[in-house]
Amino acid sequence: MAAGFKTVEPLEYYRRFLKENCRPDGRELGEFRTTTVNIGSISTADGSALVKLGNTTVICGVKAEFAAPPTDAPDKGYVVPNVDLPPLCSSRFRSGPPGEEAQVASQFIADVIENSQIIQKEDLCISPGKLAWVLYCDLICLDYDGNILDACTFALLAALKNVQLPEVTINGETALAEVNLKKKSYLNIRTHPVATSFAVFDDTLLIVDPTGEEEHLATGTLTIVMDEEGKLCCLHKPGGSGLTGAKLQDCMSRAVTRHKEVKKLMDEVIKSIKPK
Amino acid sequence: MEEERHTEAKIGAETGRGSSPRGPGCSLRHFACEQNLLSRPDGSASFLQGDTSVLAGVYGPAEVKVSKEIFNKATLEVILRPKIGLPGVAEKSRERLIRNTCEAVVLGTLHPRTSITVVLQVVSDAGSLLACCLNAACMALVDAGVPMRALFCGVTCALDSDGTLVLDPTSKREKEARAVLTFALDNVERKLLMSSTKGLFSDAELQQCLAAAQAASQHVFRFYRESLQRRYSKS
Repeated sequence: MAAGFKTVEPLEYYRRFLKENCRPDGRELGEFRTTTVNIGSISTADGSALVKLGNTTVICGVKAEFAAPPTDAPDKGYVVPNVDLPPLCSSRFRSGPPGEEAQVASQFIADVIENSQIIQKEDLCISPGKLAWVLYCDLICLDYDGNILDACTFALLAALKNVQLPEVTINGETALAEVNLKKKSYLNIRTHPVATSFAVFDDTLLIVDPTGEEEHLATGTLTIVMDEEGKLCCLHKPGGSGLTGAKLQDCMSRAVTRHKEVKKLMDEVIKSIKPK
Repeated sequence: MEEERHTEAKIGAETGRGSSPRGPGCSLRHFACEQNLLSRPDGSASFLQGDTSVLAGVYGPAEVKVSKEIFNKATLEVILRPKIGLPGVAEKSRERLIRNTCEAVVLGTLHPRTSITVVLQVVSDAGSLLACCLNAACMALVDAGVPMRALFCGVTCALDSDGTLVLDPTSKREKEARAVLTFALDNVERKLLMSSTKGLFSDAELQQCLAAAQAASQHVFRFYRESLQRRYSKS
Protein backbone atom coordinates (compact mmCIF):
# COMPACT_ATOMS: atom_id res chain seq x y z
CA MET A 1 0.00 0.00 0.00
CA ALA A 2 2.82 2.36 0.85
CA ALA A 3 4.50 1.54 -2.46
CA GLY A 4 1.32 2.48 -4.32
CA PHE A 5 1.05 5.78 -2.49
CA LYS A 6 4.70 6.48 -3.19
CA THR A 7 4.23 6.04 -6.93
CA VAL A 8 1.10 8.14 -7.15
CA GLU A 9 2.02 10.98 -4.79
CA PRO A 10 5.79 10.92 -4.24
CA LEU A 11 5.92 14.39 -2.74
CA GLU A 12 3.13 13.75 -0.22
CA TYR A 13 4.72 10.43 0.72
CA TYR A 14 7.95 12.24 1.39
CA ARG A 15 6.30 15.02 3.37
CA ARG A 16 4.85 12.44 5.77
CA PHE A 17 8.39 11.43 6.68
CA LEU A 18 9.70 14.96 6.89
CA LYS A 19 6.96 15.86 9.38
CA GLU A 20 8.44 13.28 11.73
CA ASN A 21 11.92 14.75 11.09
CA CYS A 22 13.25 11.70 9.33
CA ARG A 23 13.57 10.29 5.82
CA PRO A 24 12.35 7.08 4.11
CA ASP A 25 15.75 5.42 4.48
CA GLY A 26 15.70 6.04 8.23
CA ARG A 27 18.20 8.88 8.32
CA GLU A 28 17.77 12.11 10.22
CA LEU A 29 17.62 15.37 8.30
CA GLY A 30 21.24 16.17 9.07
CA GLU A 31 22.70 12.70 8.72
CA PHE A 32 25.01 11.56 5.94
CA ARG A 33 24.92 8.14 4.35
CA THR A 34 27.66 5.65 5.15
CA THR A 35 30.83 6.86 3.46
CA THR A 36 33.44 4.33 2.39
CA VAL A 37 36.66 5.05 0.57
CA ASN A 38 39.20 2.76 -1.06
CA ILE A 39 42.48 4.34 -2.10
CA GLY A 40 45.03 3.05 -4.59
CA SER A 41 42.95 0.28 -6.12
CA ILE A 42 43.82 1.01 -9.77
CA SER A 43 47.42 -0.08 -10.33
CA THR A 44 47.66 1.35 -13.85
CA ALA A 45 46.85 4.87 -12.67
CA ASP A 46 49.29 7.13 -10.88
CA GLY A 47 46.71 7.69 -8.17
CA SER A 48 43.18 6.44 -7.66
CA ALA A 49 40.33 6.40 -5.19
CA LEU A 50 36.87 4.88 -5.01
CA VAL A 51 34.27 6.64 -2.88
CA LYS A 52 30.86 5.29 -1.91
CA LEU A 53 28.28 7.58 -0.32
CA GLY A 54 25.49 5.14 0.38
CA ASN A 55 24.76 3.83 -3.11
CA THR A 56 26.43 6.66 -5.03
CA THR A 57 29.77 5.37 -6.27
CA VAL A 58 32.44 7.48 -7.91
CA ILE A 59 35.89 6.34 -8.93
CA CYS A 60 38.70 8.77 -9.66
CA GLY A 61 41.86 7.89 -11.55
CA VAL A 62 44.74 10.33 -11.97
CA LYS A 63 47.26 9.95 -14.78
CA ALA A 64 50.30 12.19 -15.08
CA GLU A 65 51.74 13.05 -18.44
CA PHE A 66 54.19 15.54 -19.87
CA ALA A 67 53.19 18.73 -21.60
CA ALA A 68 54.60 22.10 -22.49
CA PRO A 69 53.53 24.69 -19.93
CA PRO A 70 51.14 27.44 -21.07
CA THR A 71 52.86 30.39 -22.72
CA ASP A 72 51.27 32.92 -20.37
CA ALA A 73 52.38 30.94 -17.29
CA PRO A 74 55.59 29.08 -18.12
CA ASP A 75 56.15 27.93 -14.54
CA LYS A 76 52.81 26.21 -14.09
CA GLY A 77 51.51 22.75 -14.86
CA TYR A 78 47.93 21.65 -15.51
CA VAL A 79 45.26 19.80 -13.57
CA VAL A 80 42.49 18.68 -15.93
CA PRO A 81 39.40 17.17 -14.30
CA ASN A 82 36.68 15.38 -16.23
CA VAL A 83 33.49 13.97 -14.78
CA ASP A 84 31.86 11.20 -16.77
CA LEU A 85 28.30 10.08 -16.10
CA PRO A 86 27.93 6.97 -18.27
CA PRO A 87 24.59 5.25 -18.97
CA LEU A 88 25.83 2.56 -16.57
CA CYS A 89 25.16 4.69 -13.53
CA SER A 90 21.59 5.74 -14.19
CA SER A 91 18.86 5.33 -16.77
CA ARG A 92 18.58 9.10 -17.17
CA PHE A 93 21.90 9.31 -19.04
CA ARG A 94 22.34 8.33 -22.67
CA SER A 95 25.56 7.40 -24.38
CA GLY A 96 27.17 10.04 -26.56
CA PRO A 97 28.71 13.45 -25.85
CA PRO A 98 28.65 14.54 -22.20
CA GLY A 99 25.25 15.81 -21.14
CA GLU A 100 24.58 18.96 -19.19
CA GLU A 101 24.86 17.26 -15.79
CA ALA A 102 28.33 15.92 -16.58
CA GLN A 103 29.52 19.25 -17.94
CA VAL A 104 28.24 21.14 -14.91
CA ALA A 105 29.93 18.64 -12.59
CA SER A 106 33.23 18.92 -14.51
CA GLN A 107 33.10 22.70 -14.30
CA PHE A 108 32.32 22.47 -10.58
CA ILE A 109 35.34 20.24 -9.92
CA ALA A 110 37.55 22.53 -12.03
CA ASP A 111 36.35 25.50 -9.97
CA VAL A 112 37.03 23.68 -6.68
CA ILE A 113 40.58 22.84 -7.78
CA GLU A 114 41.16 26.41 -8.89
CA ASN A 115 39.58 28.14 -5.88
CA SER A 116 40.96 25.94 -3.13
CA GLN A 117 44.50 25.85 -4.53
CA ILE A 118 44.64 22.19 -3.57
CA ILE A 119 47.84 21.86 -5.57
CA GLN A 120 50.20 24.69 -6.27
CA LYS A 121 50.46 24.54 -10.07
CA GLU A 122 54.08 25.69 -9.75
CA ASP A 123 54.87 22.34 -8.08
CA LEU A 124 53.96 20.60 -11.32
CA CYS A 125 56.56 22.42 -13.35
CA ILE A 126 59.69 20.44 -14.23
CA SER A 127 61.54 22.90 -16.42
CA PRO A 128 60.05 26.39 -16.80
CA GLY A 129 58.91 27.08 -20.32
CA LYS A 130 59.77 23.60 -21.54
CA LEU A 131 58.25 20.77 -19.54
CA ALA A 132 55.54 20.41 -16.95
CA TRP A 133 53.28 17.73 -15.56
CA VAL A 134 49.66 17.59 -16.55
CA LEU A 135 47.41 15.60 -14.20
CA TYR A 136 44.38 14.17 -15.95
CA CYS A 137 41.79 13.43 -13.26
CA ASP A 138 39.03 11.24 -14.61
CA LEU A 139 36.03 10.84 -12.34
CA ILE A 140 33.60 8.15 -13.41
CA CYS A 141 30.31 7.60 -11.69
CA LEU A 142 29.47 3.95 -11.36
CA ASP A 143 26.18 4.33 -9.53
CA TYR A 144 24.13 7.53 -9.43
CA ASP A 145 22.01 7.90 -6.31
CA GLY A 146 22.20 11.63 -5.69
CA ASN A 147 24.88 13.88 -4.22
CA ILE A 148 27.34 13.35 -7.02
CA LEU A 149 29.29 16.53 -6.26
CA ASP A 150 30.24 15.50 -2.73
CA ALA A 151 31.38 12.08 -3.90
CA CYS A 152 33.41 13.54 -6.79
CA THR A 153 35.16 16.09 -4.58
CA PHE A 154 36.07 13.45 -2.00
CA ALA A 155 37.25 11.00 -4.68
CA LEU A 156 39.40 13.66 -6.30
CA LEU A 157 40.99 14.65 -3.00
CA ALA A 158 41.71 11.06 -2.02
CA ALA A 159 43.13 10.22 -5.46
CA LEU A 160 45.40 13.27 -5.47
CA LYS A 161 46.72 12.28 -2.05
CA ASN A 162 47.55 8.91 -3.52
CA VAL A 163 49.38 10.23 -6.60
CA GLN A 164 53.07 9.51 -6.73
CA LEU A 165 55.11 11.31 -9.37
CA PRO A 166 58.47 9.92 -10.47
CA GLU A 167 61.51 12.11 -10.37
CA VAL A 168 62.35 13.79 -13.69
CA THR A 169 65.73 15.23 -14.60
CA ILE A 170 66.58 17.06 -17.79
CA ASN A 171 69.72 15.62 -19.30
CA GLY A 172 72.06 18.58 -19.93
CA GLU A 173 73.57 17.13 -23.10
CA THR A 174 70.63 15.67 -24.93
CA ALA A 175 68.04 18.07 -23.43
CA LEU A 176 65.72 15.09 -23.04
CA ALA A 177 63.77 14.26 -19.94
CA GLU A 178 64.88 11.25 -17.96
CA VAL A 179 62.31 9.63 -15.76
CA ASN A 180 63.44 7.73 -12.71
CA LEU A 181 60.58 5.34 -11.92
CA LYS A 182 62.28 4.05 -8.81
CA LYS A 183 62.22 7.39 -7.04
CA LYS A 184 58.65 8.56 -6.55
CA SER A 185 57.30 11.32 -4.37
CA TYR A 186 53.82 12.26 -3.23
CA LEU A 187 52.17 15.48 -4.32
CA ASN A 188 52.13 18.42 -1.96
CA ILE A 189 48.42 18.74 -1.11
CA ARG A 190 48.01 22.14 0.50
CA THR A 191 44.36 22.19 1.45
CA HIS A 192 41.65 19.59 1.87
CA PRO A 193 38.40 20.85 0.36
CA VAL A 194 35.34 18.85 1.39
CA ALA A 195 31.92 19.35 -0.19
CA THR A 196 28.63 19.18 1.69
CA SER A 197 25.41 19.18 -0.31
CA PHE A 198 21.94 20.11 0.86
CA ALA A 199 18.53 19.89 -0.75
CA VAL A 200 15.80 22.45 -0.06
CA PHE A 201 12.25 21.19 0.34
CA ASP A 202 9.10 23.29 0.11
CA ASP A 203 11.24 26.42 0.45
CA THR A 204 11.86 25.78 4.13
CA LEU A 205 13.39 22.45 5.09
CA LEU A 206 17.04 21.69 4.48
CA ILE A 207 18.22 18.10 4.29
CA VAL A 208 21.78 16.91 4.00
CA ASP A 209 23.14 14.41 1.45
CA PRO A 210 20.06 13.95 -0.77
CA THR A 211 19.52 10.62 -2.54
CA GLY A 212 18.50 10.49 -6.19
CA GLU A 213 14.78 10.53 -5.39
CA GLU A 214 15.15 13.37 -2.92
CA GLU A 215 17.06 15.46 -5.45
CA HIS A 216 14.25 14.94 -7.92
CA LEU A 217 11.61 16.11 -5.44
CA ALA A 218 13.63 18.99 -4.03
CA THR A 219 12.90 22.60 -4.92
CA GLY A 220 16.55 23.61 -4.75
CA THR A 221 20.05 22.43 -3.94
CA LEU A 222 23.06 23.98 -2.23
CA THR A 223 26.67 22.77 -2.13
CA ILE A 224 29.26 24.22 0.22
CA VAL A 225 32.94 23.38 -0.21
CA MET A 226 35.03 24.12 2.85
CA ASP A 227 38.67 23.67 3.66
CA GLU A 228 40.18 22.90 7.06
CA GLU A 229 40.48 26.52 8.19
CA GLY A 230 36.75 27.08 7.74
CA LYS A 231 37.30 29.06 4.55
CA LEU A 232 34.81 28.54 1.78
CA CYS A 233 36.11 27.53 -1.61
CA CYS A 234 32.74 27.43 -3.25
CA LEU A 235 29.14 28.26 -2.42
CA HIS A 236 27.28 26.66 -5.28
CA LYS A 237 23.58 27.33 -5.26
CA PRO A 238 22.20 26.85 -8.75
CA GLY A 239 18.86 28.57 -8.36
CA GLY A 240 15.94 26.98 -6.59
CA SER A 241 14.02 28.31 -3.59
CA GLY A 242 15.37 31.30 -1.77
CA LEU A 243 17.40 30.97 1.42
CA THR A 244 17.85 33.46 4.22
CA GLY A 245 21.20 34.31 5.80
CA ALA A 246 20.26 32.41 8.97
CA LYS A 247 19.62 29.17 7.05
CA LEU A 248 23.00 29.58 5.37
CA GLN A 249 24.63 29.79 8.78
CA ASP A 250 23.12 26.43 9.78
CA CYS A 251 24.48 24.93 6.59
CA MET A 252 27.94 26.31 7.33
CA SER A 253 28.08 24.69 10.74
CA ARG A 254 26.97 21.36 9.28
CA ALA A 255 29.66 21.69 6.61
CA VAL A 256 32.32 22.24 9.30
CA THR A 257 31.38 19.03 11.14
CA ARG A 258 31.26 17.10 7.86
CA HIS A 259 34.76 18.32 7.02
CA LYS A 260 36.10 16.89 10.27
CA GLU A 261 34.40 13.52 9.65
CA VAL A 262 35.74 13.24 6.11
CA LYS A 263 39.26 14.31 7.04
CA LYS A 264 39.38 11.74 9.82
CA LEU A 265 38.19 8.98 7.51
CA MET A 266 40.68 9.86 4.82
CA ASP A 267 43.63 10.07 7.23
CA GLU A 268 42.75 6.64 8.61
CA VAL A 269 42.62 5.10 5.15
CA ILE A 270 45.86 6.68 4.02
CA LYS A 271 47.63 5.47 7.14
CA SER A 272 46.41 1.95 6.50
CA ILE A 273 47.83 1.75 2.96
CA LYS A 274 50.90 -0.43 2.97
CA PRO A 275 53.78 1.33 1.18
CA LYS A 276 54.57 -0.29 -2.19
CA MET B 1 33.23 54.51 -3.89
CA GLU B 2 32.16 56.24 -7.11
CA GLU B 3 30.44 59.62 -6.99
CA GLU B 4 26.74 60.01 -7.30
CA ARG B 5 25.49 60.73 -10.76
CA HIS B 6 21.95 61.64 -11.63
CA THR B 7 21.10 60.86 -15.24
CA GLU B 8 17.85 61.82 -16.87
CA ALA B 9 15.90 58.85 -18.15
CA LYS B 10 15.09 58.89 -21.85
CA ILE B 11 11.86 57.44 -23.15
CA GLY B 12 11.92 55.76 -26.55
CA ALA B 13 8.85 55.88 -28.77
CA GLU B 14 8.15 52.16 -29.13
CA THR B 15 10.96 50.65 -27.20
CA GLY B 16 11.08 51.06 -23.45
CA ARG B 17 14.33 52.55 -22.45
CA GLY B 18 15.55 53.51 -19.01
CA SER B 19 18.69 54.83 -17.47
CA SER B 20 19.47 54.60 -13.81
CA PRO B 21 19.50 57.72 -11.69
CA ARG B 22 21.87 56.57 -9.01
CA GLY B 23 20.93 57.37 -5.48
CA PRO B 24 23.34 58.40 -2.75
CA GLY B 25 25.61 55.72 -1.36
CA CYS B 26 25.14 53.42 -4.33
CA SER B 27 28.44 52.06 -5.60
CA LEU B 28 27.06 50.19 -8.56
CA ARG B 29 28.13 51.28 -12.01
CA HIS B 30 25.76 53.20 -14.17
CA PHE B 31 23.15 50.87 -15.60
CA ALA B 32 20.67 51.17 -18.44
CA CYS B 33 18.05 48.93 -19.94
CA GLU B 34 16.22 48.84 -23.24
CA GLN B 35 13.20 46.61 -23.81
CA ASN B 36 11.33 45.34 -26.84
CA LEU B 37 14.18 46.08 -29.21
CA LEU B 38 14.04 42.82 -31.20
CA SER B 39 11.08 42.02 -33.44
CA ARG B 40 11.18 38.21 -33.54
CA PRO B 41 11.29 37.11 -29.90
CA ASP B 42 8.21 37.48 -27.73
CA GLY B 43 10.24 39.59 -25.35
CA SER B 44 13.69 41.10 -25.45
CA ALA B 45 15.89 43.31 -23.36
CA SER B 46 19.36 44.75 -23.42
CA PHE B 47 20.98 45.40 -20.06
CA LEU B 48 24.05 47.58 -19.60
CA GLN B 49 26.15 47.70 -16.46
CA GLY B 50 29.01 50.13 -16.92
CA ASP B 51 30.65 48.66 -20.05
CA THR B 52 29.21 45.16 -19.69
CA SER B 53 26.29 44.62 -22.01
CA VAL B 54 24.07 41.56 -22.53
CA LEU B 55 21.22 41.14 -24.99
CA ALA B 56 18.40 38.76 -24.03
CA GLY B 57 15.51 37.37 -26.03
CA VAL B 58 12.63 35.26 -24.72
CA TYR B 59 10.49 32.92 -26.80
CA GLY B 60 7.51 31.51 -25.03
CA PRO B 61 5.32 29.93 -23.94
CA ALA B 62 5.77 27.98 -27.18
CA GLU B 63 5.63 24.48 -28.59
CA VAL B 64 7.90 21.94 -26.90
CA LYS B 65 9.47 18.71 -28.17
CA VAL B 66 7.70 15.67 -26.76
CA SER B 67 10.97 14.35 -25.38
CA LYS B 68 11.47 17.52 -23.35
CA GLU B 69 7.94 18.22 -22.22
CA ILE B 70 6.97 18.17 -18.55
CA PHE B 71 3.34 17.23 -17.94
CA ASN B 72 2.54 19.87 -15.31
CA LYS B 73 4.97 22.72 -15.93
CA ALA B 74 6.68 24.74 -18.61
CA THR B 75 10.12 23.58 -19.74
CA LEU B 76 12.62 26.39 -19.33
CA GLU B 77 15.68 26.53 -21.55
CA VAL B 78 18.55 28.99 -21.40
CA ILE B 79 21.11 29.45 -24.14
CA LEU B 80 24.12 31.63 -23.41
CA ARG B 81 26.38 32.63 -26.26
CA PRO B 82 29.78 34.11 -25.45
CA LYS B 83 31.07 37.11 -27.35
CA ILE B 84 33.88 35.17 -29.03
CA GLY B 85 34.28 31.49 -29.70
CA LEU B 86 31.94 28.55 -29.38
CA PRO B 87 29.98 27.91 -26.21
CA GLY B 88 31.91 25.57 -23.91
CA VAL B 89 31.59 23.85 -20.55
CA ALA B 90 31.74 27.14 -18.62
CA GLU B 91 28.76 28.45 -20.60
CA LYS B 92 26.83 25.23 -19.88
CA SER B 93 27.47 25.72 -16.19
CA ARG B 94 26.25 29.34 -16.34
CA GLU B 95 23.19 28.31 -18.36
CA ARG B 96 22.32 25.84 -15.60
CA LEU B 97 22.64 28.59 -12.95
CA ILE B 98 20.46 31.06 -14.88
CA ARG B 99 17.92 28.39 -15.78
CA ASN B 100 17.47 27.21 -12.22
CA THR B 101 17.09 30.81 -11.04
CA CYS B 102 14.41 31.48 -13.65
CA GLU B 103 12.66 28.20 -12.81
CA ALA B 104 12.37 29.30 -9.20
CA VAL B 105 10.48 32.48 -10.10
CA VAL B 106 8.60 31.68 -13.30
CA LEU B 107 5.10 30.28 -12.68
CA GLY B 108 5.61 27.29 -14.95
CA THR B 109 2.47 25.51 -13.75
CA LEU B 110 0.32 28.07 -15.57
CA HIS B 111 1.69 26.85 -18.92
CA PRO B 112 2.14 23.08 -18.77
CA ARG B 113 3.67 21.23 -21.72
CA THR B 114 5.13 24.40 -23.23
CA SER B 115 8.64 25.69 -23.54
CA ILE B 116 10.05 29.06 -22.52
CA THR B 117 13.45 29.74 -24.09
CA VAL B 118 15.75 32.52 -22.92
CA VAL B 119 18.60 33.31 -25.29
CA LEU B 120 21.43 35.49 -23.99
CA GLN B 121 24.11 37.03 -26.15
CA VAL B 122 27.14 38.65 -24.54
CA VAL B 123 27.75 41.91 -26.37
CA SER B 124 30.62 43.18 -24.25
CA ASP B 125 32.22 41.93 -21.07
CA ALA B 126 33.79 44.38 -18.63
CA GLY B 127 33.20 42.54 -15.36
CA SER B 128 30.09 41.24 -13.49
CA LEU B 129 28.97 39.28 -16.53
CA LEU B 130 26.80 36.72 -14.76
CA ALA B 131 24.92 39.42 -12.85
CA CYS B 132 24.31 41.35 -16.06
CA CYS B 133 23.01 38.16 -17.74
CA LEU B 134 20.58 37.61 -14.86
CA ASN B 135 19.30 41.17 -15.04
CA ALA B 136 18.87 41.01 -18.81
CA ALA B 137 17.05 37.67 -18.52
CA CYS B 138 14.65 39.08 -15.92
CA MET B 139 13.86 42.18 -17.97
CA ALA B 140 13.31 40.07 -21.08
CA LEU B 141 10.95 37.72 -19.22
CA VAL B 142 8.97 40.74 -18.02
CA ASP B 143 8.86 42.12 -21.56
CA ALA B 144 7.58 38.80 -22.86
CA GLY B 145 4.80 38.80 -20.28
CA VAL B 146 5.81 35.47 -18.74
CA PRO B 147 4.03 35.12 -15.38
CA MET B 148 6.49 35.27 -12.49
CA ARG B 149 6.10 35.13 -8.72
CA ALA B 150 8.90 37.63 -8.16
CA LEU B 151 11.54 39.57 -10.05
CA PHE B 152 15.18 38.75 -9.54
CA CYS B 153 18.41 40.62 -9.97
CA GLY B 154 22.08 39.73 -10.03
CA VAL B 155 24.71 41.47 -7.91
CA THR B 156 28.46 40.79 -7.94
CA CYS B 157 30.83 41.42 -5.01
CA ALA B 158 34.59 41.28 -5.17
CA LEU B 159 36.77 40.86 -2.08
CA ASP B 160 40.27 42.29 -2.21
CA SER B 161 43.21 40.66 -0.48
CA ASP B 162 42.84 43.11 2.42
CA GLY B 163 39.15 42.38 2.81
CA THR B 164 37.58 45.44 1.17
CA LEU B 165 34.29 44.78 -0.52
CA VAL B 166 33.64 46.18 -3.98
CA LEU B 167 30.21 45.90 -5.57
CA ASP B 168 29.80 45.47 -9.32
CA PRO B 169 33.53 45.15 -10.05
CA THR B 170 35.18 45.80 -13.40
CA SER B 171 37.17 43.01 -15.10
CA LYS B 172 40.43 44.45 -13.78
CA ARG B 173 39.18 44.39 -10.20
CA GLU B 174 37.78 40.89 -10.66
CA LYS B 175 41.18 39.61 -11.77
CA GLU B 176 42.98 41.23 -8.85
CA ALA B 177 40.38 40.21 -6.27
CA ARG B 178 40.85 37.33 -3.88
CA ALA B 179 37.24 36.24 -4.25
CA VAL B 180 34.35 37.14 -6.54
CA LEU B 181 30.81 36.26 -5.42
CA THR B 182 27.71 36.58 -7.61
CA PHE B 183 24.27 36.41 -6.02
CA ALA B 184 20.79 36.39 -7.44
CA LEU B 185 18.17 37.85 -5.09
CA ASP B 186 14.41 38.04 -5.41
CA ASN B 187 12.55 41.26 -4.79
CA VAL B 188 9.85 39.95 -2.46
CA GLU B 189 11.94 38.94 0.53
CA ARG B 190 15.51 39.49 -0.74
CA LYS B 191 16.20 35.80 -0.33
CA LEU B 192 19.21 34.21 -1.93
CA LEU B 193 18.12 32.44 -5.10
CA MET B 194 21.45 31.66 -6.69
CA SER B 195 25.06 31.94 -5.67
CA SER B 196 28.21 31.33 -7.66
CA THR B 197 31.60 32.01 -6.13
CA LYS B 198 35.22 32.08 -7.18
CA GLY B 199 38.17 32.13 -4.79
CA LEU B 200 38.54 31.64 -1.06
CA PHE B 201 36.58 33.56 1.56
CA SER B 202 35.45 33.12 5.15
CA ASP B 203 31.96 32.64 6.55
CA ALA B 204 31.86 36.15 8.01
CA GLU B 205 32.88 37.68 4.69
CA LEU B 206 30.10 35.73 2.99
CA GLN B 207 27.48 37.21 5.33
CA GLN B 208 28.97 40.67 4.79
CA CYS B 209 28.80 40.31 1.00
CA LEU B 210 25.28 38.94 1.17
CA ALA B 211 24.14 41.93 3.25
CA ALA B 212 25.82 44.36 0.85
CA ALA B 213 24.25 42.58 -2.12
CA GLN B 214 20.81 42.75 -0.52
CA ALA B 215 21.23 46.50 0.00
CA ALA B 216 22.44 47.00 -3.58
CA SER B 217 19.59 44.92 -5.00
CA GLN B 218 17.21 47.60 -3.71
CA HIS B 219 18.68 50.03 -6.23
CA VAL B 220 18.39 47.54 -9.05
CA PHE B 221 14.76 46.76 -8.24
CA ARG B 222 13.94 50.44 -7.98
CA PHE B 223 15.49 50.89 -11.40
CA TYR B 224 13.40 48.02 -12.79
CA ARG B 225 10.25 49.59 -11.39
CA GLU B 226 11.03 53.07 -12.69
CA SER B 227 12.01 51.89 -16.15
CA LEU B 228 8.84 49.82 -16.46
CA GLN B 229 6.71 52.65 -15.11
CA ARG B 230 8.11 55.02 -17.69
CA ARG B 231 7.53 52.54 -20.43
CA TYR B 232 3.91 51.91 -19.64
CA SER B 233 2.87 55.37 -18.49
CA LYS B 234 1.07 57.50 -21.01
CA SER B 235 2.80 60.82 -21.13
